[in-house]
Amino acid sequence: MNELGGQVVNLFASALLLIAFAMLAQRRIVTLINLFALQGLALTGSTLTMAIATGQRHLYYSAGITFVLKVLVLPYILHRLIRRLNVKWDIETLINIPTMMLVGIVLVIFAFNLALPISRFSESFARGTLGIALACVLMSFLMMITRSKAVPQVIGFLSMENGIFFAATSATYGMPMVVELGIALDVLVGMVILGVFMFQIREQFDSLDIHNLERLKDD
Amino acid sequence: MEALVLLLAIPFIGGPVLWAIGERDIAPEVNVAFSFLTFVLASVLTAEVVAGGPMVVLEENFFVDALNVFLVTLTAFVGFTTSLFSRPYMRIERDRGRMTPGRLRLYHSMYQMFMFTMLLALTTNNMGILWVAMEAATLATVLLVSVYRTPASLEAAWKYFILCGVGIAQALFGTILLYFAAERVLGREGNALLWTHLNMVKGQLEPTILSIAFVFLLVGYGTKVGLVPLHNWLPDAHAEGPTPISAVLSGLLLNVGLYSVIRCKILADGALDSRFAGNIMMGFGLLSVVVAAFFLSRQRDVKRMFAYSSIEHMGLMTFAFGMGGPIASFAGLLHMTVHSLVKSAIFFAVGHATQKAGTQVMADIRGLMQVSPALGWGLMLGTLAILGMPPFGVFASEFLILTTAMREHPWATPILLLALGVAFAAMFGKVQSMVFGESVLKPLPYSPALAPVFIHLGLGFMLGLWIPPYLAGWYQQAARLLG
Repeated sequence: MNELGGQVVNLFASALLLIAFAMLAQRRIVTLINLFALQGLALTGSTLTMAIATGQRHLYYSAGITFVLKVLVLPYILHRLIRRLNVKWDIETLINIPTMMLVGIVLVIFAFNLALPISRFSESFARGTLGIALACVLMSFLMMITRSKAVPQVIGFLSMENGIFFAATSATYGMPMVVELGIALDVLVGMVILGVFMFQIREQFDSLDIHNLERLKDD
Repeated sequence: MEALVLLLAIPFIGGPVLWAIGERDIAPEVNVAFSFLTFVLASVLTAEVVAGGPMVVLEENFFVDALNVFLVTLTAFVGFTTSLFSRPYMRIERDRGRMTPGRLRLYHSMYQMFMFTMLLALTTNNMGILWVAMEAATLATVLLVSVYRTPASLEAAWKYFILCGVGIAQALFGTILLYFAAERVLGREGNALLWTHLNMVKGQLEPTILSIAFVFLLVGYGTKVGLVPLHNWLPDAHAEGPTPISAVLSGLLLNVGLYSVIRCKILADGALDSRFAGNIMMGFGLLSVVVAAFFLSRQRDVKRMFAYSSIEHMGLMTFAFGMGGPIASFAGLLHMTVHSLVKSAIFFAVGHATQKAGTQVMADIRGLMQVSPALGWGLMLGTLAILGMPPFGVFASEFLILTTAMREHPWATPILLLALGVAFAAMFGKVQSMVFGESVLKPLPYSPALAPVFIHLGLGFMLGLWIPPYLAGWYQQAARLLG
């Protein structure tokens, strides 16, 4: 069972990594949100597999929370947001995709190197996935740095959370329930606040371009 | 135990209550009342801990010892005095149309929620909940930073949100690694994230994992502390938000961030058996002191300048805790206390001064002493205190930090002295020209809140000359805990 479980979790992990690369290369905001939902689905899948393989009750709950929050609620809020903000068909033009891919590969290598000494100690059968989780975190980080529009930046932020969550479930069989609930609550509240915020930004600048937000400097 | 529950319950109830009260005229008074109750309960809790020693309550989910009890009291106290200051401050802002009723409602209820998240972060025993509370503290304040809805404040709030969010995500990763290491020793029960349990088995935690975890935790919570190079959000958030928020951010939130780092350091030290954690803290601390000191002279906005001064002082504390040992830790804790008191007093004075001038640009604020001697003296004395002039408390703690550094890390002393000198030169001149000279300032429609300024300065003054024995006892106990 664990043999098979390990394989399935690895499959989901590679899907997660692939989606992270796809997000790095995606210019369209709508597709980006769909990719984010897909990433949430892969995360749910891997958590569920872990739950079945280990029989840990709270991993089922965790998979449930992930599904509701990251596949349904957050993508729904994001879709609604871009519809109301009228940025649905916005395209990010200023990213150089081949370079991003190359930097992404470097990040993956770095993440695997960093994770190697840690995962040696893991008793979890899915320990190999810690490197992938860290790679996802770093790639989301890269995405946040390189994007100039508000919504893709937020999606990068949320997908970073996905990577961290994946690390929690794959390396440690999940955090204690109360902590997971707290994190989910923070993410949700954060999303709502960001939504409010984007309206304020748009109202003020007539656009969601983050380049408007670069005036404050130490002269 | 009841005191602890009530301590957390009061601000938690205060948020919704103030939301319900909304724009009614008594909202500021209700805010003060809630803050005062919180402070009373913090004092009761302190008395309990002083009498009965450390306590672990509510199925070990909460934990109060010498280290956090003094921070709880400090947080509740500064929270209370800031609510006093915000009464006239916010009325003036309202009359000038900068605060609409809706914004005031948001401000008051989020003020209480912010207090709640900080008290939760301080008293929780669970490293996961600590993370949740720290993130929630960002969420509670982010809309307050952008409350004026100016382009600059929106930018500041966006930066605050994204940078702190990303930073604190690193801390979550660190927490997961910590849990991962603890799970091998403590088992997969819920208590593998409880600090008291972790502290008992810290010698058995896997050193490799703990060292990587500590780096992530330091970067994460260090963003909240405003350590260079993770400090970019801090000057903007301080300068663009309303001044009471600048006061609590500087005086309290940064402390709570540093407190989280210290808790992690205790665990890392136990597991690593080397000075690794302390050394990187010293590195970050020293860098923050130097960079902030040199940035000070380039500031034109008064709140920005004092924000950089906060970075400098947080760096100094991080350096002190990084050095470790009874004297440096004692000095770090003392510095934490006096910095909170004095810096928030400065922000109170600055808040009213900027209202009088109608601007935050220092060149346009002149002759504060002429129109309002009390305010002028408050700002001047506060600045002298924060610059480390005797007999204020900052002098005592800086002196202790410097002498310890001289003994243990002589190479760092000239760097610290240089930075402190540069900071002095930069700030003193600027504040002097604000305080003295021909006045261009307008009177205020409400009398400014001067009591909080002078109470804080008085306490800072007292701590420089005489530390009450029970307070010194706490510091020593806490310093022993830090090792």
